[in-house]
Amino acid sequence: MAATGIANSGIANTGIANTGTAAENTAAIDAAAADAGGLGAKHSAAGLLASKHRATTRSPAPRNTAQYIRWLLLFIGGVLMVMPIAYMLSTSFKYPHELYNLNLIPEEPTIENYTYVLEDGRFYQWFANSMIIATITTVSNVLFDSLVGYTLCKFRFPGQYIVFIAILSTLMIPTEMLVIPWYLMSKTFGWLDSYWGIMFPGLMTAFGTFLMKQFFETVPDDFLEAARIDGLNELQIWWTVAMPLVKPALAALAIFVFLGNWTAFIWPLIVTNDQALYTLPVGLTTFSVEQQVEWELIMTGAALATIPTLIVFLVFQRFIIRGVVMAGIKG
Amino acid sequence: MKQYRQLSIAHKQIVWAWAFLAVPVVFYVWIRFYPTANAIVLSFQDWNLLGSRSWAGFANYQKLMNDPVFWIVFKNTFVYLLLGTPISLLVSFVVAYHLDKVRFMHGFIRALYFLPFLTSTVAMAWVWRWFYQPVPIGLFNNFLASIGIAQIAFLNSTTNALPAILAPAVWAGLGFQVIIFMAGLRSIPQTFYEAARIDGVSWWTTLVEITLPLLKPTIVFLVVFSSIGFLRIFDHVFNMTTNNPGGPLNSTKPLVLMIYDTAFNGYDMGYAAAQTVVLFAVLLVVSLLQLRILRAR
Repeated sequence: MAATGIANSGIANTGIANTGTAAENTAAIDAAAADAGGLGAKHSAAGLLASKHRATTRSPAPRNTAQYIRWLLLFIGGVLMVMPIAYMLSTSFKYPHELYNLNLIPEEPTIENYTYVLEDGRFYQWFANSMIIATITTVSNVLFDSLVGYTLCKFRFPGQYIVFIAILSTLMIPTEMLVIPWYLMSKTFGWLDSYWGIMFPGLMTAFGTFLMKQFFETVPDDFLEAARIDGLNELQIWWTVAMPLVKPALAALAIFVFLGNWTAFIWPLIVTNDQALYTLPVGLTTFSVEQQVEWELIMTGAALATIPTLIVFLVFQRFIIRGVVMAGIKG
Repeated sequence: MKQYRQLSIAHKQIVWAWAFLAVPVVFYVWIRFYPTANAIVLSFQDWNLLGSRSWAGFANYQKLMNDPVFWIVFKNTFVYLLLGTPISLLVSFVVAYHLDKVRFMHGFIRALYFLPFLTSTVAMAWVWRWFYQPVPIGLFNNFLASIGIAQIAFLNSTTNALPAILAPAVWAGLGFQVIIFMAGLRSIPQTFYEAARIDGVSWWTTLVEITLPLLKPTIVFLVVFSSIGFLRIFDHVFNMTTNNPGGPLNSTKPLVLMIYDTAFNGYDMGYAAAQTVVLFAVLLVVSLLQLRILRAR
């Protein structure tokens, strides 16, 4: 509902802006006519605007100084953005005595920090825990969120509206409000210190359900009807007809859920006490606290937690960015 | 099965719909609604996890209102919001606005800005914590020393610690906001810009009269989304102040950290539940206010 609301206001806006510019158009006709000569001159305001405009429509950028400066500043900003990551990686390859210099490239690179950190095997365990939990949660979300989204979108049944509103309303409840009851629940049922205990709160999300509902709107009912006439049952229609048509949305949802669970902190911190069941973020906190002032080891731990996502990002960059945009805008 | 075959298509649909929804409905009731109710009920009770639960009426809320720490925490939470949201939106808009006009190595620069969004919060909190250490360890102070500026106490100062913790939070979210802003900018029809160009309108007028109004849905989304994020800040604070969570002197403690402390260090479950109810109310009121103000304009 939030998304439709936003979309609505967008449409209303377009209308307003439309009339606005139209009015300005008529008012400014004289000015434009008077400036017609100016369009030819390279440095008139209109000329500048025109060149900027051309840049936005993917034609080759005009080679003027402003554009160079713009590019340079953006580039410098971008480099500053990745500096923390760069320094983390650089320090993880430094000996302690080199920690204090600002060089990005270590004078004597070493992998001793990595061998030391990986030696006791806890990082492998935490990595495996995070991987298992994030994967199972992602699969569960992709299945259930799309099933519920599909049902709410394509079926007509009594109680539909109530279910819709009920699931929607859970979007407003912050996780932090639920951690105490979840903790009490886990204590009662013996879910503390177990994978299930870490996973159960995130197995379905209202966000994912609405994302998928939005995308199932784009699947024509005729397709489903045709499949129904061919004798497929509803489960088969959902799985073999509707699901393949929303693959990009499923990918977007999967990326979002995986990332969210991979970096989740507060709930795994609360529900686990046994180091063997820590997820990577919780393990990293514990590890860093243990190391106290040995920053090169802390940076190595941080690098170990970060490198896998960096590799995945470098490989699937475009895909991930598109997914994030889709989830962000439609969700 | 025989009975099922006799049903009309509409009735079959009802059966299927509820069959599909059975497990999710149980999940939402059990894992979302019941705990919500439980949190609210608990906020009116007194319980330390060991003894029995007893009714406390509004005592927890009264205690909260009279708790000086709560008011410090309340203020901190809003400082995170009031600094974090405007700064991150302004910076990300400026970046997105210009990046949208750049073609050369566009994807590469975009990736540079987006990369921090994918990092683990905990890992980056520790990286920034190292940056903030005093000479001779911390990167920032070493850098300041190398250009001859006196060192700054970042995390050890009651005034600087909060902005210092906010910085990595803003940094990590920037990439997401840039990407969303760029998608919003792309969706503005070029015809408006063409009209503006023909009219010879200045770039500033174009920005204020065309780009920003048409970007309003995106702005509303990002304001609400990032505000919720800053009001719920926890990971950064917890990891950057582990020796004294929320310190120095509670100057960086946000509401979520107070909840965590009360519940899982103090085991005062009723009191913590009352704090979560306050958090819920704050989030609700802030989001609704923002939606109302931003949409009305």
